[in-house]
Amino acid sequence: MNVHLKQFNEATRAITPDFPYRRWMQNALKGYEQTRAATESRYSDLEAARRGAAQIKWDAIEHLDTYLEEFVRNLEAHGTKVCWARDAEEARRYILDVCRKHKAKSIVKSKCMTSEEIHLNELLEAEGFEVVESDLGEFIVQLLKEPPYHFVFPAMHLKRDRISQVFHDRLGSEQSDDPEELTMIARRVLRQKYVEADIGFSGANFGIAETGMISITENEGNARLATSLPKVHIALMGIEKVIPKLEHLALFLQMLATAGTGQALSCYNSVISGPRRSDEPDGPEELHVVLLDNCRTALLADPEQRDALRCIRCGACLNTCPIFKNIGGHTYGTTYQGPIGSVITPHLRGLQEWKHLSYASSLCGACTATCPVKIDLHHHLLRNRRNAVDDAPAFSEKSMFKAFALAMRHPGLYRLAGKLARPFLWLSRPLQGTLLDPVRKWRRTRELPVPARQTFKDYWEARRK
Amino acid sequence: MNGRDTILPHVRKALAAKTCESVRGAEEPMPDAEAFRAWLPAVGRDYKSHKRLFAEHATALRTDFRVVADREAMLDEITRLAKAEGWKKVGSHGGALTDAASNATALPICRTDDGYDVGDLESCDAGISACEALIAQTGSVLITSRSSGGRALSILPPHHVVLAKREQMLPDMVAGYAMLREKYGGTYPSLVSFITGPSRTGDVERILVLGAHGPKKLTVLLMES
Repeated sequence: MNVHLKQFNEATRAITPDFPYRRWMQNALKGYEQTRAATESRYSDLEAARRGAAQIKWDAIEHLDTYLEEFVRNLEAHGTKVCWARDAEEARRYILDVCRKHKAKSIVKSKCMTSEEIHLNELLEAEGFEVVESDLGEFIVQLLKEPPYHFVFPAMHLKRDRISQVFHDRLGSEQSDDPEELTMIARRVLRQKYVEADIGFSGANFGIAETGMISITENEGNARLATSLPKVHIALMGIEKVIPKLEHLALFLQMLATAGTGQALSCYNSVISGPRRSDEPDGPEELHVVLLDNCRTALLADPEQRDALRCIRCGACLNTCPIFKNIGGHTYGTTYQGPIGSVITPHLRGLQEWKHLSYASSLCGACTATCPVKIDLHHHLLRNRRNAVDDAPAFSEKSMFKAFALAMRHPGLYRLAGKLARPFLWLSRPLQGTLLDPVRKWRRTRELPVPARQTFKDYWEARRK
Repeated sequence: MNGRDTILPHVRKALAAKTCESVRGAEEPMPDAEAFRAWLPAVGRDYKSHKRLFAEHATALRTDFRVVADREAMLDEITRLAKAEGWKKVGSHGGALTDAASNATALPICRTDDGYDVGDLESCDAGISACEALIAQTGSVLITSRSSGGRALSILPPHHVVLAKREQMLPDMVAGYAMLREKYGGTYPSLVSFITGPSRTGDVERILVLGAHGPKKLTVLLMES
């Protein structure tokens, strides 16, 4: 069994019987559902807005080459340095070089999932740099040495006593059960970090081709600070984040906030089009934008599933997913959790190693129904399953379907199988879930219905007489 | 070989296969920004309704929104604020309104436009800045690094005070971007930011806390004449 599947199974088995924890998680997301519904009700035509947003993202993805070139041309025209990184290694090397060139000691980061994807913190720390996550949730999980639990709410699984404890242990602060006090502890610590940091690091929610800007959405102001005070700003973004026009943000920023957190608009929505200009009082002297491929072009090459590159990482599919709500974020073992993570991880990191995520779904379609850019998420899970089987068919499944096909083609055989199956099912009932059960894995948690006394065919014929 | 020369050809090659019709759906014309207005929250037609909507959002966001009659009233308001909150130093930037306002406090001023020390700005009790526009649809303040004293003034001090004029009230974000385009043409300021309420977080048990990293308070003074 592959290690990712093993980890997934173990984590699932640990978390599913923990009812209080699951209930707590579901309650935490209930507030989101209510605020989101209230905000959505203010839209004049939400469905048309989703269709429009979907359309613009389709255009962006289907003309990605043109928009990327335009984006980079405009970035460079305003003094930004651009790195095209084919994979994680190239991105890491470039970022490391910039840090070394500036003889940096400390780097203050605002939330960036793409940097989790390339394991940037581990590298920079190993190279002796001080790396500080400044988003409160990211700061907390960094102190705990945990990966983010949810790509929008990284610390949503932690209760206040746990947060208070880690602050006490790592920062020497007084214990507190007041969220405001806990936030202020982090504020005090991080204030100093912004002022001292040599490099500010951020992600980007969108790249605007027409004007050469990166757009950053946040609530705390940490990205604003990290991109204002340090002398150098490095931004890392996936190549799929480019959209055609600046005005398109009027739609996307509002939909991102509504779908992601239920807000009408997130607190700070900033676009940055370069380092400090000569007539401006402050800002970084250098801006580096690192464009990351890391298998995105492989996903783009799939005419069925390139759809998934339209994702704006709002996290709404996680918040509404019954699987996510019950197994939690760490169980996935991926950078991107939930339905979108299950769809794209097999493309980014290997289909056979990650196909199990596509089976961890009830296919209820809540993700597709909630996606602000209308990604066909639950059908992509089915497509992943199909591709995984086509790619490496499992012997047992293959033989089962062969036998089934044979029986369906030969009525006599079908009848015989039906007759034999009945006593066999009866006889196997005591073996259910035991080591002697050939389909133990499946029957361990499922009970087959009691077989009917006669076949339908026999019943029908008896009735007609 | 550099990344650009591999990634772009990869992208082109990937796109050579047309998207499956069953996934793509019918191709619709690209919507323009004007179309967004029929989808996003309605904003009303005149200044009065825009002001009302902005005030509604301000209440929900906990922005301190105050409408003042004229310049004199605005200066009075600033003086009152400074006294009530016991300010000792303010940050500000050059401009007819901002100069008058920061001088009215009769306090030491850290002006960001003549080269400032970060520690000095950090120790200010408030940052007083102008803005590009107010956005009724979302209750946002639109600032740029050129109009609002650079990048740090509106985010570093614990209280951000915005001075706005009646004609700066815009209905929606679409109008905000159109205004920027007209004003700046091809060369935008290096930072453009929509500020929607004081800094906030919900990272501890999804409970709202104001003043995570940016200002704990946001005051918007709207001067009607």
